[in-house]
Amino acid sequence: MSKPVAATKRRKTFGQWCKSMRGQQIICTVTFLILPLLLLFTFTYLPFFKMVEFSFFDMRYIGRRIFVGLENYIDVFTRDDCFRALLLSLYYMAGSVVQMALALLFATILSFKVKGSKFFRGALYFPCLICGIAVGFIFKFFFTHGFVLDTLLSWVGFDVDTLPYWLRDESINNIVLVACSIWKYVGQNIVMFIGAIASVDSTLYEAAEIDGANAWHKFKDIILPSIRTIVVLNLIISVSGALSAFEMPYVVTGGGFGTSTYFVIMDKLAHTDQKVGLASAMAIVLLALIMIVTFAQKAAEKWLNEREDRTPRARRKTDPNTAAQAASARPAHAE
Amino acid sequence: MFKTNAAIRAKNVLIAFFKYVLLLFAAFVALVPIVSCINTAFKTDTEYANTNVMTLPENWLNFDNFITAWQKADMGHAFLNSFIILVCVLAGSVMISSMLAYVLNRFKFPGNGLIRNLFMIATLIPGIASQVTVYQIMTSLHLVNSMPGYIILMMGTDVITIYIFLQFFENLPVSLDESAILDGCTYFGVFFKILLPLLKPAVVTSAILKGVGTYNEYYMANLYLQDKTKYQVVSTSLYVFSGPMGSQYNYICAGVLITIIPALIVFLLCQDQIYSGMAAGAVKG
Repeated sequence: MSKPVAATKRRKTFGQWCKSMRGQQIICTVTFLILPLLLLFTFTYLPFFKMVEFSFFDMRYIGRRIFVGLENYIDVFTRDDCFRALLLSLYYMAGSVVQMALALLFATILSFKVKGSKFFRGALYFPCLICGIAVGFIFKFFFTHGFVLDTLLSWVGFDVDTLPYWLRDESINNIVLVACSIWKYVGQNIVMFIGAIASVDSTLYEAAEIDGANAWHKFKDIILPSIRTIVVLNLIISVSGALSAFEMPYVVTGGGFGTSTYFVIMDKLAHTDQKVGLASAMAIVLLALIMIVTFAQKAAEKWLNEREDRTPRARRKTDPNTAAQAASARPAHAE
Repeated sequence: MFKTNAAIRAKNVLIAFFKYVLLLFAAFVALVPIVSCINTAFKTDTEYANTNVMTLPENWLNFDNFITAWQKADMGHAFLNSFIILVCVLAGSVMISSMLAYVLNRFKFPGNGLIRNLFMIATLIPGIASQVTVYQIMTSLHLVNSMPGYIILMMGTDVITIYIFLQFFENLPVSLDESAILDGCTYFGVFFKILLPLLKPAVVTSAILKGVGTYNEYYMANLYLQDKTKYQVVSTSLYVFSGPMGSQYNYICAGVLITIIPALIVFLLCQDQIYSGMAAGAVKG
């Protein structure tokens, strides 16, 4: 007799607990969190731990694995192609600097009154909404010998026969690919910078105009100091973007003619050659580099914020959160 | 200050002139690869073989290439697959990220900060790198070559929507929840009946950004939907052209344009949401 009583009593209390605010909150938290956390674990953290594990093995996706210790890591540092690929990312870093400069220039121009600003902003932004494969075909076509670019150049006086093969000539093809990357991604930076410039207190411009400041002064003394944090942080982020540059060589040249970046090599090793251990080691090495860059970025962010608090050269209308969020934008060249 | 008015005016005109020259040049560079594609897509085979690429086509209503490209790449099938994937991924990721953002924003519990950090750190791992081992996990879950597998993967690797929702919740007053709870609403009720309808702008913004991203995604689609006749999507359907048709650019350009048109339409209709999403929640795609 005592058993069912206890059961009903417990069920009652459980029911009560469910109806209490605290109990409800816990149930709601757990049910809402389970799915996102499961996905995060399965597709981000589990792969990461597996990557660490795999990097010590000589293995394929299916079949026997042999423990090889640090051999894969030694391979990464001694293989010519990996080292060369890391040097290639210097091109992409230089490209990010150019990209930031262009983005700043056009964001500044478009932030003031310009006829057709909507059209110009749209034209500069639209390329990043085009599918990567399509971009690949567009540029293969664009740079083919005697095709679009060569024709345009012949109109302004160049002789088509003396023009190089843009995608095959190893002395220039990486610069061409960096230019393609800027073409695709500069619009994102422009839109971001326009957002940041819009948060600058507009009374400052009026005050400056009364003092006789011209456009350059306004840019140098008002805009640049106000959005400096975003620009610097974006530059640092673009270092990890450059290290993980992938899309343009993958879709335009397929990594041929000396354009294989680090990730293009890694992708080929993993999915074509099935050297999973070596590819994992490559991924871990690059992740370590990215971690270092990120710590540098966090340190710079802290330093810049502290400096800004001490010397408020330009007040902001919005809270510093906006700047910090916009700053942690995606790397310039990654996927 | 001591310049005459005329000199100042001349200088302003000059600056304005340079400004427009720069803008026009930039717009030209941005658009010329696409415009040359449009130009070529309307040429017949003989025109393509015998004229310069920049010569205008004789007939701007020659849609034959588009029809050929559509058939060769089996685009009808590709668009259907892409549409199914898009609907599932958008519904899933909007639900998942808004629920996550609700809990993280409204409830204080041990581990709240940790979970936020876990999602932040996840953005550091480049997608291409983690695919080395995700591929192994997908294989062991038997999710390679299956649409649900690809859909789950696309829902899981998502941080930008979470950020858009988190930001939006910050601006929704907590008093809304409290008064609803006083009226006898449960926490689930608060979320589904009170807050979700108010989240509409955030839903629209994140759906557009996530939608364009999903539509354009090609790397994972290529890797996990290997059976190209059965599971090809719009982005990977273009791979047909890299084979024996690799130099017939009048077909290729037509195919490329077909894939761009939906993105262009979305862009023209939703420019403002895209820009505000970019500026506000631009964390990582």
